Amino acid sequence: MTNSKHVSARLARGMLSAGAALALTLSLTPGGAAPAAEPIKIGVIGEESAVAGASITKAAQMAADDVNAHGGVNGRNVEVVIYDDHSSAADAVRAFQRAVSEDKVSAVVASYISEVALAIEPWSARLHMPFITPGAASTDISKQVHDDYARNKYTFHGWLTSAFIAQSICDFQHDTLVKDFHVKSTVVMSEDAAWTKPLDERFLDCLPKAGIKVLDHIRFNPDTTDFTPIFNKIEGEHPDIITTGISHVGVQPTVQWHDQRVPIGMAGQSSQATTSTFWKDTNGAAEGVITASAAAPGVALTPNTIAFTQAYEKRFGASPAYDGYTTYDEIHVIADAMKAAGSTDPDKIVDAMEKTHYTGTVGTIEFYGKNDLYTHAIKYGPGFVTGLVFQWQSGKQVTVWPRDKANGKIAFPASIKMPK
Amino acid sequence: MTSLQILVDGFAISSLYALAAVGFTLIFGVSGVLNLAHGGIMLVAALIGWWVAGETPLGVYGGTVAGIVAGLLAAYITYFLVVRPIQRSSAIAHEEKEIFVLTGTLLWGIMIQTGMAYIFSDNPVTMRPLIGGVVNVFGVRTPRNEIMIAVLCWVVIGLLWLLINRTRVGKQMLAASINPRGLTLLGFELSKIYLRVWTIYGVLAGGAGVLLASFLGVGTANAGQLTASAFSIVVLGGLGSVSGSLVAAYVVGYLETVTAYLISPTLRPIPALLLLVLVVYVRPQGLLGRR
Repeated sequence: MTNSKHVSARLARGMLSAGAALALTLSLTPGGAAPAAEPIKIGVIGEESAVAGASITKAAQMAADDVNAHGGVNGRNVEVVIYDDHSSAADAVRAFQRAVSEDKVSAVVASYISEVALAIEPWSARLHMPFITPGAASTDISKQVHDDYARNKYTFHGWLTSAFIAQSICDFQHDTLVKDFHVKSTVVMSEDAAWTKPLDERFLDCLPKAGIKVLDHIRFNPDTTDFTPIFNKIEGEHPDIITTGISHVGVQPTVQWHDQRVPIGMAGQSSQATTSTFWKDTNGAAEGVITASAAAPGVALTPNTIAFTQAYEKRFGASPAYDGYTTYDEIHVIADAMKAAGSTDPDKIVDAMEKTHYTGTVGTIEFYGKNDLYTHAIKYGPGFVTGLVFQWQSGKQVTVWPRDKANGKIAFPASIKMPK
Repeated sequence: MTSLQILVDGFAISSLYALAAVGFTLIFGVSGVLNLAHGGIMLVAALIGWWVAGETPLGVYGGTVAGIVAGLLAAYITYFLVVRPIQRSSAIAHEEKEIFVLTGTLLWGIMIQTGMAYIFSDNPVTMRPLIGGVVNVFGVRTPRNEIMIAVLCWVVIGLLWLLINRTRVGKQMLAASINPRGLTLLGFELSKIYLRVWTIYGVLAGGAGVLLASFLGVGTANAGQLTASAFSIVVLGGLGSVSGSLVAAYVVGYLETVTAYLISPTLRPIPALLLLVLVVYVRPQGLLGRR
């Protein structure tokens, strides 16, 4: 009895909301508009309460506005439908399902968190929905496309894989820290998460090749609030530099590193440090922190980078995080693919996306093919996307690598003792 | 070297735990309320303090004051909107009121946490330290701010001790915790005393929140952990016993620090929780509890 009552109550509620939705749709549809003019919807799942996740939805909105200002796609406007997954894989999957079944989107851009992207990937396969992640890094995302292409081909990896991020950091350390500062040893310090497993694997392989001995490898829980014991342990091992792999954490380790005057520099991937708000969030404790990023303000990776950064800063009051750049590019990539395909058919979009050659804000975007190791991940290397490395200096992100893009030199605060 | 490091580091964090827990235990002792919105209240203080310090010309001192005031307001709202209506409700049976207060404050704490995450994002914030720089304590490089926090905590706890044991107001509170009915019969208004206790609690929790923000940093995700650690300390020390809470704060603080240094930072809270389970089995009244 209770059960049927419960169900009928739910049904009534469902009918009510369906009715409301219908009324809303009716009231929003301008009378007499041709069905062809209906916008093409792209679902965008971000993490509004996280620094990197919030850049995704903002940049997506900007990209859609740009596409529409340039005539839209096949005579239709692009509309982004925004969801917040609250950094939860379960919420993200629900948002993805809702985007597909209720909001009828034609493609989805989602998340900077690898766990979230990996949770969405099978749903992208089941629902045949083109999906790209602008910020997750785990190599498993593209590996799954490679291993079962027919099934997982709807997933694209729109940011450098962890392996490439680690490689770029090794290249950076070799080109600058080893050559200019005589760095010979390091401790790898990274948060325990899906994206750092392949990252650390590559670090342990490429750092020694870059001439840097890895003295220790510390993985810590992202829930950690007191980093003193970790820094204390690292200090006892006397490395020349700390190689970081952090994204879920950022402010707390940085501030504690600064407040305790840990005499060792930090260089690696520190995702939260990629946005301009990081300086204020840490009250300037970020001074000297070195991180890899997709782009940096004032550095023309391509002719589009600076214009986008300035427009974004003007609109939102802070510079985009690394995944803001990639999201902006990838909405364009999707729009172009729909134009090339002349349709929103998922298989045609995937085919067209595989042929992408698009110069965006972070470089020229192409995706690895079916037979490459990282199928559907963006290509890494000169001529494609390399990312860059910058250092926080007096409130500014000063690009220090690659050398042809650098607009400053590495300089550490006085409390940091470099071997040189 | 490590043992000295543990000694110095553990002292600062333990003092902060003590400050945060002492108000929590006071409310329980005097009015029988276990306030599970505790972490949320510390959070409000930390975030408002951080915001005022960073976004207004008041600076870090203005931020500290604003944070404490915000903590106090949050405590008042908790009392007037959540706790008191339940205590006064005639629809809830007397013996069920404690469980309703527990549930009410728990849900209210979650609401605070979600609301704060919506406004401030769940990125942890850190306030600029009131004083910068480091000094050498027994060869351990210690931030001056850490020393100041420990001293400040003890000054406040000392003042609280004076208030409770040496003033008329304090003695009324003590009396309320021992025999509320007797106090009412003598013509004292319990509601006035409760309000005073909540005021003291708000200031203590607010202060602890702001100091924590300038020490380790605070994020909305920490609210549950902050409530849990205060709760563990209070149960370990003996529900309602202020001195028990002080001892327990150091036991928990040092146990955590030792674990973080000698075993793994990831396992930090585990041994204290195990100890808590053990205490509940062996000595349910806690270290210095009277029940």
